Amino acid sequence: MSASSAFNEEKMGSSSVGEAEYAYDPVSGKIFSSDYNRHDDLKEMLDSNKDSLKLEAMKRIVAMIARGKNASDLFPAVVKNVACKNIEVKKLVYVYLVRYAEEQQDLALLSISTFQRGLKDPNQLIRASALRVLSSIRVTIIVPIMMLAIKEAASDMSPYVRKTAAHAIPKLYSLDPEQKDQLIEVIEKLLADKTTLVAGSVVMAFEEVCPERIDLIHKNYRKLCNLLIDVEEWGQVVIINMLTRYARTQFLNPNLNESLLEDGGSGDKTFYGSDEDEDDDEKENKEKAEAAALAKRKPYVMDPDHRLLLRNTKPLLQSRNAAVVMAVAQLYFHLAPKAEVGVIAKALVRLLRSHSEVQFVVLQNVATMTIRRRGMFEPYLKSFYIRSTDPTLIKILKLEVLTNLANETNISTILREFQTYIKSMDKDFVAATIQAIGRCATNIGEVRDTCLNGLVQLLSNRDELVVAESVVVIKKLLQMQPEKHSDIIKHMAKLTDNIQVPMARASILWLIGEYCEHVPKIAPDVLRKMAKSFTYEEDIVKLQILNLAAKLYLTNSKQTKLLTQYVLNLAKYDQNYDIRDRARFIRQLIVPTEKSGALSKYAKKLFLALKPAPVLESPFKDRDHFQLGSLSHLLNAKAGGYQELPDWPEAAPDPSVRNVEVPEWTKCSSREKRKEKKVEKPFYSDSEGESGPTESADSETNSASASDSASDSEQSRSSSESEESDEGSESEEEKENKNKKKVVKKAVKESESEQSSEEENRKLEKKIKQQEKDSETVSDDEESDSESSQSTSEDSESEAEVKKKAPVSRTPPKPVKKEKKEMSLLDLDDFEPATSPQVTPISTLLSNSLVTDLEGLSLSDSVLAPSTITPSGTLKSYELLHRITGEGLSVEYCFGRQPFSPDANMVAVQLQFTNNSTSETKNLHMKDVKLQSGMRVKEFPEIELLPAGDTASAVMGIDFCDSTQAANLQLCTSTRKFFVSIQPPVGELMRPVFLTENEFKREQGQLMGMNELTEKLILDAKYRNEHAIVQRVTTAAHLSRVPCGSDNECSPSVPPPDHPAHRFAGRTVTSGSLVLVTVATGEEGVAQLTVNCEKMVIGTMLVKDILLALTQ
Amino acid sequence: MIHSLFLINASGDIFLEKHWKSVVSRSVCDYFFEAQERATEPENVPPVIPTPHHYLISVLRHRIYFVAVIQSEVPPLFVIEFLHRVVDTFQDYFGVCTEAAIKDNVVVVYELLEEMLDNGFPLATESNILKELIKPPTILRTMVNTITGSTNVGEQLPTGQLSVVPWRRTGVKYTNNEAYFDVVEEIDAIIDKSGSTITAEIQGVIDACVKLTGMPDLTLSFMNPRLLDDVSFHPCVRFKRWEAERILSFIPPDGNFRLLSYHVSSQNLVAIPVYVKHNITFREGSSQGRFDLTLGPKQTMGKAVESVLVSSQLPRGVLNANLNPSQGAYTFDPVTKLLTWDVGKINPQKLPNLKGTMNLQAGASKPDENPTINIQFKIQQMAISGLKVNRLDMYGEKYKPFKGIKYMTKAGKFQVRT
Repeated sequence: MSASSAFNEEKMGSSSVGEAEYAYDPVSGKIFSSDYNRHDDLKEMLDSNKDSLKLEAMKRIVAMIARGKNASDLFPAVVKNVACKNIEVKKLVYVYLVRYAEEQQDLALLSISTFQRGLKDPNQLIRASALRVLSSIRVTIIVPIMMLAIKEAASDMSPYVRKTAAHAIPKLYSLDPEQKDQLIEVIEKLLADKTTLVAGSVVMAFEEVCPERIDLIHKNYRKLCNLLIDVEEWGQVVIINMLTRYARTQFLNPNLNESLLEDGGSGDKTFYGSDEDEDDDEKENKEKAEAAALAKRKPYVMDPDHRLLLRNTKPLLQSRNAAVVMAVAQLYFHLAPKAEVGVIAKALVRLLRSHSEVQFVVLQNVATMTIRRRGMFEPYLKSFYIRSTDPTLIKILKLEVLTNLANETNISTILREFQTYIKSMDKDFVAATIQAIGRCATNIGEVRDTCLNGLVQLLSNRDELVVAESVVVIKKLLQMQPEKHSDIIKHMAKLTDNIQVPMARASILWLIGEYCEHVPKIAPDVLRKMAKSFTYEEDIVKLQILNLAAKLYLTNSKQTKLLTQYVLNLAKYDQNYDIRDRARFIRQLIVPTEKSGALSKYAKKLFLALKPAPVLESPFKDRDHFQLGSLSHLLNAKAGGYQELPDWPEAAPDPSVRNVEVPEWTKCSSREKRKEKKVEKPFYSDSEGESGPTESADSETNSASASDSASDSEQSRSSSESEESDEGSESEEEKENKNKKKVVKKAVKESESEQSSEEENRKLEKKIKQQEKDSETVSDDEESDSESSQSTSEDSESEAEVKKKAPVSRTPPKPVKKEKKEMSLLDLDDFEPATSPQVTPISTLLSNSLVTDLEGLSLSDSVLAPSTITPSGTLKSYELLHRITGEGLSVEYCFGRQPFSPDANMVAVQLQFTNNSTSETKNLHMKDVKLQSGMRVKEFPEIELLPAGDTASAVMGIDFCDSTQAANLQLCTSTRKFFVSIQPPVGELMRPVFLTENEFKREQGQLMGMNELTEKLILDAKYRNEHAIVQRVTTAAHLSRVPCGSDNECSPSVPPPDHPAHRFAGRTVTSGSLVLVTVATGEEGVAQLTVNCEKMVIGTMLVKDILLALTQ
Repeated sequence: MIHSLFLINASGDIFLEKHWKSVVSRSVCDYFFEAQERATEPENVPPVIPTPHHYLISVLRHRIYFVAVIQSEVPPLFVIEFLHRVVDTFQDYFGVCTEAAIKDNVVVVYELLEEMLDNGFPLATESNILKELIKPPTILRTMVNTITGSTNVGEQLPTGQLSVVPWRRTGVKYTNNEAYFDVVEEIDAIIDKSGSTITAEIQGVIDACVKLTGMPDLTLSFMNPRLLDDVSFHPCVRFKRWEAERILSFIPPDGNFRLLSYHVSSQNLVAIPVYVKHNITFREGSSQGRFDLTLGPKQTMGKAVESVLVSSQLPRGVLNANLNPSQGAYTFDPVTKLLTWDVGKINPQKLPNLKGTMNLQAGASKPDENPTINIQFKIQQMAISGLKVNRLDMYGEKYKPFKGIKYMTKAGKFQVRT
């Protein structure tokens, strides 16, 4: 804050570690105590009530973190403010928390509940940031919470929250790789998301968690291709890289035929490389074989999906983001037919205008590309000319590219350019230029002599480095045609007097030794000089002196015998053992003694064998086995996490895997396929529970909120197939499948019994049938691929329906079209006050209730798990308010299962308050906040005084609207407010009803098809007796048992008495829908659980819960 | 992806660190310092440095190294481009991107970095979105905030995040609606000793400053769009429309942005607006060298060449230069051997000239390399390629905006070899 404190901070920074211990030490110096005081002062500010003080404190703490100072001892003081109202304080606390949570795991846990609450906030930004921070806290204990939060967020209405969920996946994965399987499920789900916002992030998650699961991409491939241009730029990079890999596994090599046809030139050198030493016959055979292979191969036709990818990525070459351009360039390089690759050159050259770091990376990649496809960059040769202001790194890379581009036609301009480079002040660059000239000379025969002459001129350069580099290069060049250039060798022999660079001296000596026959007079003289200076030379030079001596001894022993002896003797006592070894070896080989072995005969052959000329290769050769643009390519080494670019497949895999179902009720031809689909993905499977909420979001967007964009609804629609298949099945199976029709009928019948308005409903049923036919024709006409039109057609239908029905009854639209909606529609009477004859408000209201119905779903599977495993007989109580968050006040709740007398549609919740603090709590009461629409709460009577250490209990009623959505409430004391939420297990949302077995069966008969859920299970040995089953089921759900056996006689189909069926019945509390549960036991603990409930969501969840209760 | 970020100043101090995953010890920067020592020039530090457990990817801007630490495979350009975007954002927020500015605004910097990356993956890099999330600090706002305790941090999700035009925020209002476009062209050229052009090309950009109310939809058309050989667009430009009609159609971001950068096809001959007559010689045996440089205008279409600045790296052997400019002022740095001459405007009647002698180290042999001369200049009201904007139309809003177009030509990497 003040200058002095800032100064303090600066000064104390270094001693901040361990200051706490020192601070308590009375003997410790003043510095430490003042340091401690400083933190004290921050703590005080954090504890104050003023946001501005807190903010100031947090700012100073963040500044400490930014400078890398340790601020971990403030953790408790900071974490308290995690729920601060001021959003900036909150954000800074988040920053702090994420930084230090790993070190202070226990304390970090205190903040978790805040984020859990934040996850349910109506503001999407807060939901997203809560998830972001929660998932960034690297504390292993909260993995299950994170998992749950991610799953929930993956079905959030807001694409922004879903994006955050995608980001959270890799975080959780790195924290606990065990979660991989579950995370893959979430990834799979998010991959189906149709918003551009999510696409990039989820592909990133895919790449980090399960890049090998290429099968997950099939269904989304076309969508990703089409969305690509609208995805944000960073996502584009990730998606393009992933699609490159994908395409390599799924499509055929577009250049296969060409690479066979084309001549060695650039592409397949290796193929023809061996030709030279082959017999003509063989060659002919080979050619024949090739021709045959060609003939056999069908003319290449590019897969339309392959083409789609190329077409949709091309515009991105125009992106302002260099990473995107590079990604597209590498995609084209690896995937496109040769003729089309050229388009990337222009874009890559454009990137050379960018920052030098960008240039560096781009040039590396261009260098690799120029080796494979030189022609592509030739028109841009001048763009690679070097400026004196370029950094050396860039200069050397440009030189590399220029060298790769050199050919017979442009070599003269390139060499002229090189000449100016040699005059540069940058010596490293000059050395690289000389190397480059050498490479040009070896590659292009025509200019070899010119280059050699130029290099020889450089030998008289004043700079020793230049001379040395030239010598090394000349040596390599001379090896190609030594006989022509004895004068150059002579010239170089003279250089030994002046040149000091060891590498150059060694090269000269090697040359003279190798070609001593061309310079017979000079060579012995050079050896003489070298013998004189032998002891002062560097090791590599000494080795070459030995070589020279040996070679001369073999060719001209008369003159050099003594010299050689002398040199060998010197080497014998050298300090370097390599040199001693070499000397010993040479002596044995060349000096004939009695003991010398058979080898000495061959000494001449050994030393003076013809040596192949070295090939000067680009360091970028063969680098393209790494995916271009990748870090591994840049480093020419595999980086961690690098995914190999797979080779093209021999035969194309089945392209139909990428076929996505056309939206339902479109093409009749696709029906068969769709049927199969349905089998694959059972509507009632467990995963259904997860797609449910998305759907709810969807229906809300469709009907209730116009604010959300169309893309949103599109997305959620696709992510949950349930609705589509729902609708589709009915309209289509109307014709084909009698069964389904029955379902419809029954559903309607069911509603008849419920509402006892039979007449009306019969009429309605007829109407509906007609309606369906109508709608079928309508939608058949309107076949289209876009989801938006789907909704329009729906709308138009509903309009039509409304028109038709308006005079008949007040029944709202689309009664059969959407099974789920229908259910709640028919329940309308239970919504007492809200029900109104108008059509539109009802639909919004309904969808809201649907939302609440469905949104709870994702929570259920794990939240409820403990409740169902309750020890028998006792009521499970849940924590409403922990005593730490409640500052001494703790509240627990349980579902008492007695009817709530003030309102029969409410669930009674028993609350148990315990005051653990030392002071009394006053005026405990409740305020309802943020209730889902339709939900109602009957507060408990205010508790005026709760003395310290005392407990009190109260009963309140909540109408959950038959959903497991939590009721968010505010618990107030005289001084504080706490946000709490009560979440009902699905089993508590019903009350028992008494039915006889016959009644039960009749009702069950009407709740078949979509309303029936069946699950097979194996009972635990302990629970096979009747009592245990009944007890477990009734614990899991508030149901009553249907007395059995009373009508054994009348129904012949009753199972034998030792395998009885247990039946339970109940009605949901709010809407009074029937819930029927049957557990039929069989041999060896095999049992079948059947749940019939017109509320399919409740049914699905109930099945899960009872299943859990019975199997665990 | 990006694990951590370290900011290192010219003297090698780490003055800011930020971690997006587990904390990486700042000792990892030692590898960077090693590489820095090996490199002779600051810009020669390799952008990618492998270390045993991490990879360091760095960019150098405004004499600050931005060093990103990564742990596994990631496209290097991805990181580099992101780091540059970070620098651009800082510049946008603080006006300058210097060590002092970053230190003064360390909290805003931290908040920005927090928003820009999530778990090392870019989250929001669009400046319009960021500005809604975190308001740029101004003196007035800082004062108001200290008094009222209000904050710089937005509470709502920026509208842009979810819309189809993420670069533009909704609810923009101006009393004066104006749209300015600057067409700036840069000439990159290498001129050889004899004065002939070795290579020359024109790179252009159109920078825009659009302050329009609501959601305007603009179209910009050129008289001669064929000139543009290679273009790259701001994401707001509708690519299809450009492909089909060569018209730029876009919903602009609010404020300053780069609409387009382009390259003028190399087939066109590039007009070189200045020429240089030079005579730089060193004589064998003498410790003196002669320096004579004259600048003159050429192909400028009657426009004045302004803000001319000549710089040249003289050979290492040069101890001192004793020169006499006919106009402007020159400096010679004896340490870096950099000669700069601030010429100003070229007067065609009286050509600017710099003449004199250079003192060489006594006894040293004549340097065998010749310096290159870099020239900077500006020409107002002209696009050297001849590109002309035809018209700018606005749809979607009722009011009449004020429109303005400005042309300018600059020297890019303009080098004369001697």
